[in-house]
Amino acid sequence: MRGLSLHRSWRLLLIVALLAAAILLPLGQKNYFIYVLTSWLIFTIAAMGLNLTLGYAGQISLAQASFMALGAYTTALMTLAGWHWLVSLPVGLTLCFVVGLVLGYPALRVKGHFLAFVTLAFNTLVFLVLRNEEWLTGGTYGLSGMPRPEFGSFSTDKQLPFYYFTLGVTVLAALGLWAIVRSPWGRAFKALRENPIRAESLGVDTRRFTLLAFAIGSAYGGLAGALVTPLVQFIEPGSFGLAHSLRILLMVVVGGAGYFFGPFIGAAVVILLPEVLRFTEGYYLIIYSALVIVMLVFVPSGLIGIFGKLRARFWPRRQVRADMAEGARLP
Amino acid sequence: MSDPAMSEPVLSVRNVEKSFGGIRAVRGVSFDVRKGEVLGLIGPNGSGKSTLFNCILGQLPPDAGEVSVNGRKVSGMRASQMNRLGVGRTFQQLSVFPKMTVLDNIILAGQEHQGTMLSRLFGPADAGLTEEAERLIAFFRLTHLRDELAGSLSYGQQKLVDAAMAFMAGPGLVLLDEPAGGVNLTMLAHFKERLAAYNVEHGTTFVVIEHNMEFVMSLCTRIIVLAEGAVIAEGTPDEIRSNQTVIDAYLGG
Repeated sequence: MRGLSLHRSWRLLLIVALLAAAILLPLGQKNYFIYVLTSWLIFTIAAMGLNLTLGYAGQISLAQASFMALGAYTTALMTLAGWHWLVSLPVGLTLCFVVGLVLGYPALRVKGHFLAFVTLAFNTLVFLVLRNEEWLTGGTYGLSGMPRPEFGSFSTDKQLPFYYFTLGVTVLAALGLWAIVRSPWGRAFKALRENPIRAESLGVDTRRFTLLAFAIGSAYGGLAGALVTPLVQFIEPGSFGLAHSLRILLMVVVGGAGYFFGPFIGAAVVILLPEVLRFTEGYYLIIYSALVIVMLVFVPSGLIGIFGKLRARFWPRRQVRADMAEGARLP
Repeated sequence: MSDPAMSEPVLSVRNVEKSFGGIRAVRGVSFDVRKGEVLGLIGPNGSGKSTLFNCILGQLPPDAGEVSVNGRKVSGMRASQMNRLGVGRTFQQLSVFPKMTVLDNIILAGQEHQGTMLSRLFGPADAGLTEEAERLIAFFRLTHLRDELAGSLSYGQQKLVDAAMAFMAGPGLVLLDEPAGGVNLTMLAHFKERLAAYNVEHGTTFVVIEHNMEFVMSLCTRIIVLAEGAVIAEGTPDEIRSNQTVIDAYLGG
């Protein structure tokens, strides 16, 4: 027990240190650097949602970018119409929650690859609607000129305040997800992932939890979208295509699906690493892709899995085999 | 203890039929199980035991017939609903949640019986079940493995965790599908002793499918023998042991 709480206090210390780093890092930096950090946070939120759907509940989804689109367009249309960001947020989240719930229904019937295709089709559908319904979405030209939110005297017009605003939202979103995954719901989601038939036989309403996994995960996608709009102040359907859903999936897998902090690391790798590799000029995409392949081959449980592997190597836990102990005691 | 034959049956199976294409896997099986009984369901491979089990538990829809639990019809009910009516079960294959700790496995098995969906989201992480789960873990003598991942335990230990999960919600009726399969002898004796103790302490009714004759004969109070989808014999372990029809069915006579 003492070992466990020691582990916990180390983790708390690490979180505080990282949070301090997140606050201090952008100080005195160029706008572009702050912009990249902000998009890291936003994609972390989107990946957190997919991590719940895929990593915890085991339901594959290739439609996370389309929920970012729903959140982004809702925010754009409402803030352009003069509503405050805080008013558009619950509308966007509710919309994503409900649409995510509907998208969850196919998951009650199809699993694995087939479910991947259903969600892929949904992503394409959203993309086509955004491109074709020009009267609402501006078609391929998209929407522009969305204002950034102001909270009293705190204006997010400058890049740095907007970064802190996004950081605050990210922390709240992470706390919300933490509350979900550590509650009995989180246990039910994991049970759904590991053995749905057994979970059902133990009273877990697996239909309800499958739908909730999609709905909550999608709402997180919507939250990320609601932050994209004021960040870039220009949105178009191309920013929410299938390729972006695949990128979010990559973040979850590279970071470590089913690990709470996996999305932070995964989004950092996918968003920040290309920036770090920029000095290699034309080779950076090749190096980046090669690194991702190497990671997936050697650490399939994601980067966060490396810590587990190291711990198992240097501080192995003692396994007690009671049946063997008992066997040894036999006359 | 009152005469079990006088009380309302905990489980009542009436004329259950199930066919797969041309194969009639279960042919009009009927039986009652009374409170506190330990009923063994035996029969050669392919005799329809597992199909019957799945029809009772709603995993398969029966073609005809009716199943009631405590007088309530349960045909067509979802497995989770049946569980909430107080029916626990285990599966033939090992069915623990490998990447969760033993404690989490056991808590999961009880948490859906606590409060509502919303109260579980906002309530304590363990749904207030840690103490009860620890008691059950101690009952199956797994306390030293409490914080281990279930997937890292030995097969026999996982079998115990699997069984313990079926008991966590305090069910009135537990159906065990081949609990002894693949468990070593030491562990098996321990397992049987624990099941018998649970039956005595809690008055829980058991239905057990098992191939291990010694296990069934010593654990069960009554045995039903199936062959080719129909009941061919019913009685106490001693009666079954000496029943010529049963011996013929097993030896293929």
